[in-house]
Amino acid sequence: MACLVLSGSLLWPVILKKDIKMDVLAIIGAFITLIGSIFMVLGALGLVRMPDVFNRIQTGTKASTLGTILSLLGLALIVPSWSGKLISFILFVGLTNPVSSHVLARAAHHLKIPMSVSDRTVTDKLSEYYNNNPKEVEE
Amino acid sequence: MKIKTILIMSVILFIGWLIMNNSLQPGIVISGAILSVGISMIFCRYCRLINDVRLTPKALAYSFAYIFVFSWALIKANLDVASRVIRPSLPIKPGIVQVRTKLKSKIGRLILANSVTLTPGTLIVEYHDDLMFIHWIDVKSEDVEKASQEIIGQFEKYLEVMYG
Repeated sequence: MACLVLSGSLLWPVILKKDIKMDVLAIIGAFITLIGSIFMVLGALGLVRMPDVFNRIQTGTKASTLGTILSLLGLALIVPSWSGKLISFILFVGLTNPVSSHVLARAAHHLKIPMSVSDRTVTDKLSEYYNNNPKEVEE
Repeated sequence: MKIKTILIMSVILFIGWLIMNNSLQPGIVISGAILSVGISMIFCRYCRLINDVRLTPKALAYSFAYIFVFSWALIKANLDVASRVIRPSLPIKPGIVQVRTKLKSKIGRLILANSVTLTPGTLIVEYHDDLMFIHWIDVKSEDVEKASQEIIGQFEKYLEVMYG
């Protein structure tokens, strides 16, 4: 998909006969979008490779946040008149993405999903805290 | 009813209105100003979250600097996690550590938690008063003080000035 976007933006001046400055912006934007989509691919790879729920949430959140931000920034450079709306999307993603992943991780820990299958996990201070303060555990 | 809360809320709403309309015609600007002040006067009399925002010049400068600190941390986080994903040995050492924050205000803690979730291999799992339980993809220290310094030190410095 990224290659499609890139080749599309390289053909942009030929198809639309726009002036040079716009084309440079469009090419830079296409490269930024390409980098964003690479991060998305790496995030998807991480989802497959990571051993447990928490690590999967980690790679999922990070990669998708930066990937989305970069894709939208690249789009804002390609089509400058959309930039206001795209920046508000970026703010929305940046504020809501961490919250959703926190809630998923909290629910996973609350359901006592095991931390890792291959005994790599070093420490679990939260379970220790709940064992020491039993009344803090929510129902 | 606080003037400062209403001011901040109406500025946010007004900027949102201008972005969504994408034009600076007088009619749109005037109606947006009236609507944003009206809405924040009706709905934001007791916005406790915004109450803690400081409007001193130093706080504004730190807010501006925070954007760059955070963006740099976000890029670093992504490169770090991406390199861990690609390497065949999968070099992770996950664990949940405990950190203690100095921030008192709710909005400061909110932004701290959001920033921590988006930066190098860390994810907020649970949160009690000033204790945060953070899932760390590569545990460097199990000690509360060292982990706090390592994970939230760089953000806390700025957020303390911005929100207290």
